[in-house]
Amino acid sequence: MRAPLTELPIMLEDVAVTIRDVAILDGISLTLAAGAPTVLVGPNGSGKTTLLRLAMGLVPPSRGRVTWGGRTDSLPTRRAIVFQRPVMLRRSAASNIRYALKAAGVARAGRAARMIELLALVGLAELGQRPARRLSGGEQQRLALARALAKEPQVLFLDEPTASLDPAASKAVEDVIRAVAARGIKVVMATHDLGSARRLAGEIVLLHRGRVAEMATAAMFFSNPVTHEAHAFIAGELLV
Amino acid sequence: MPHDASPLALILSADPALIAIVRLSLIVSLSAVAASALIGLPIGALVALARFPGRELTIVVLNALMGLPPVVVGLAVYLLLSRSGPLGSWGLLFTPQAMIIAQTILIMPIIAALARQTIEDLWVEYRDELAAMDVGLAGRVATLLWDARFSLVTTLLAGFGRAAAEVGAVIIVGGNIDGFTRTMTTAIALETSKGDLPLAMGLGFVLIAIVVIVNALAWGVRRAGERFAG
Repeated sequence: MRAPLTELPIMLEDVAVTIRDVAILDGISLTLAAGAPTVLVGPNGSGKTTLLRLAMGLVPPSRGRVTWGGRTDSLPTRRAIVFQRPVMLRRSAASNIRYALKAAGVARAGRAARMIELLALVGLAELGQRPARRLSGGEQQRLALARALAKEPQVLFLDEPTASLDPAASKAVEDVIRAVAARGIKVVMATHDLGSARRLAGEIVLLHRGRVAEMATAAMFFSNPVTHEAHAFIAGELLV
Repeated sequence: MPHDASPLALILSADPALIAIVRLSLIVSLSAVAASALIGLPIGALVALARFPGRELTIVVLNALMGLPPVVVGLAVYLLLSRSGPLGSWGLLFTPQAMIIAQTILIMPIIAALARQTIEDLWVEYRDELAAMDVGLAGRVATLLWDARFSLVTTLLAGFGRAAAEVGAVIIVGGNIDGFTRTMTTAIALETSKGDLPLAMGLGFVLIAIVVIVNALAWGVRRAGERFAG
């Protein structure tokens, strides 16, 4: 039985992140609650990746506060992230998952079965013994997803999971994301691929120049955008 | 070892005295590499990962120690192990163990400094992933050492090359005692000083051949491992 949610909701209250005097995020206030995937969209440099890292607890806010399940005194543990260019450990695909399971504190006796289950979930059951770095880009993305799921996260952050993938590989990754979301795991995903956002999002957050330009359900965002930035972004205009 | 035999004849006949010298040389050098790896690899990894005051200075000192003069190390170990030295009661002077200690001191900084650079480069690549997986410092060190294992083979070979070619330290602390602490390098030095150049050259060829064979084996292991692990 799944443990009670403790990491959600993730609340950002008037958060700013400044790195070397450059404001990456400013005045961000939003709540990431359990439910359908939240997709962060926006042009390059809008702060999507930094927002994911902030919500993941990898980057501290320069101002404001972030709470996980109402807590401010301890960082979240049941959360995972797949980076835009996930780094495969220099071992087999199966060993990459075994490593993540060990890091997640899964007992040795339960690792083999869980590893097989995760490989099957991402469609890599036949490739377990292959060196992870010899897998294709799409296969590596799916392996990274399996590795991230090793700790049974309550929230999964994905940074441009389909960037640089061909349509077939993108579909395979999106299928896994749907399966993950269907298991009740909160997915928070950054992308600049509007098609992917349309297919996966329950909620859209448009970032522009480090600020939230618009936040709405996916249906509202695409059918009835409110701000100039949202109009321009959906129309495919250059948002600079 | 018959003095009138040609180097080739000595090698081809597997002369027992020659074999004993080769065997001792390998035992001393490989033991020193093993001890240096046990000490130097974790030190290199810790310096690569940890951030502490004086880290830059530590790296500079570690790099500088790669150029330790063997005779100075030999002299220092001699003073430590001599009867009147602080470790004189151990009775190790003029034994193979003393030679291993001297060579370990000599090559440990080489292994630590080269490992530090290798692991720091890999750490840049792995940092985000291991942080996201909440892997602690000990786990990070172990992971990076394991995943850098094929690159670290070259580091160990650099240490072995230094140990196998070294003569200054082992001749001081070993004493070049025939049948007990005589290695290939000390034998080459002795035979050269006696004017027996063919024998010295023969030993030199054997030494070079051993270094080449060890390197070839290590290269083969590295290639096979990379093919398997990626």
